[in-house]
Amino acid sequence: MADITQARRAVVSRILEGEGRASHAQRRAAFDNAGLAEPLSKLVAKVTQHANKVTDEDIAAARAAGFSEDQLFEIVVCAAIGQATRQYEKGLAALEAAAERSEHAPRDPR
Amino acid sequence: MRLAILDSGQGFGTKALFAFIRAVSRQPVPEILKLVRYRPDFFGAPMTAVVQEAMRGPSAWSVGDRELMAALVSRTNECEFCTRAHAAVASRAYRDEAKVSAALSDLETAAIAEPLRATLRMLRKLTREHTVDEDDMRAVLAAGVSRDQVEDALAVCFAFNTIGRLADTFEFFVPGPKAFEAAAKMLLLRGYR
Repeated sequence: MADITQARRAVVSRILEGEGRASHAQRRAAFDNAGLAEPLSKLVAKVTQHANKVTDEDIAAARAAGFSEDQLFEIVVCAAIGQATRQYEKGLAALEAAAERSEHAPRDPR
Repeated sequence: MRLAILDSGQGFGTKALFAFIRAVSRQPVPEILKLVRYRPDFFGAPMTAVVQEAMRGPSAWSVGDRELMAALVSRTNECEFCTRAHAAVASRAYRDEAKVSAALSDLETAAIAEPLRATLRMLRKLTREHTVDEDDMRAVLAAGVSRDQVEDALAVCFAFNTIGRLADTFEFFVPGPKAFEAAAKMLLLRGYR
């Protein structure tokens, strides 16, 4: 099977723990979609829930609050990966639960 | 593109590469490249490794199947750029555009194999509702999908739930069909590296 385990961990640790223009706390909060103040909280919530509804005004409001484009680049990346991670982990947990009680869960032959 | 740095902040080498791509393809540079080439050590390089493994790594799913999953996840997110991009790759990989269109417009009636249909149904729910439960997964396994195949499908879903959000937030330009066909050809030849 394809195995993204290591590569996925590497991305998450790079964006959250590596060097960046946004603070580690801001990147972590964006990843978690929790603990941010307006207007960043609104932008991050939109990225996680319905990114196609983000507007020029959402970006402009964050810029006006003093965030640079580089900081917004990082914050949006963290928000997107954070939500995709939660979805991925829900999927894996449901699979684990189903496979434990299913006769229909063979591994591929190795 | 909503962040000017993704256009104007690219390094010299990347700007030269983009000029080359424009000249050879006679199409605008796909804006996904602007995203992954900007400060690539932060996101583009490590994320490309995830996408390459999910889309081209060893799997019981074909490349066409995984590209169709990517298109369906993107369609569910209403991300036009990614839907068109990956529908084009899936169509080319399968050599069957009608099958891809049918699966994206009505999953239940499309002429696709049942294990793939059950998997796409689960990915659609996970993408739309942000969660799935044990019963959803049991239905996929009962359709004859292996655990490894489910994990592979979840990897594709992770990749495109990430990329799609970025494409929409940064508002990637959506070019015409010829640009997506050119990009699809490259993605089948060279993968995502």
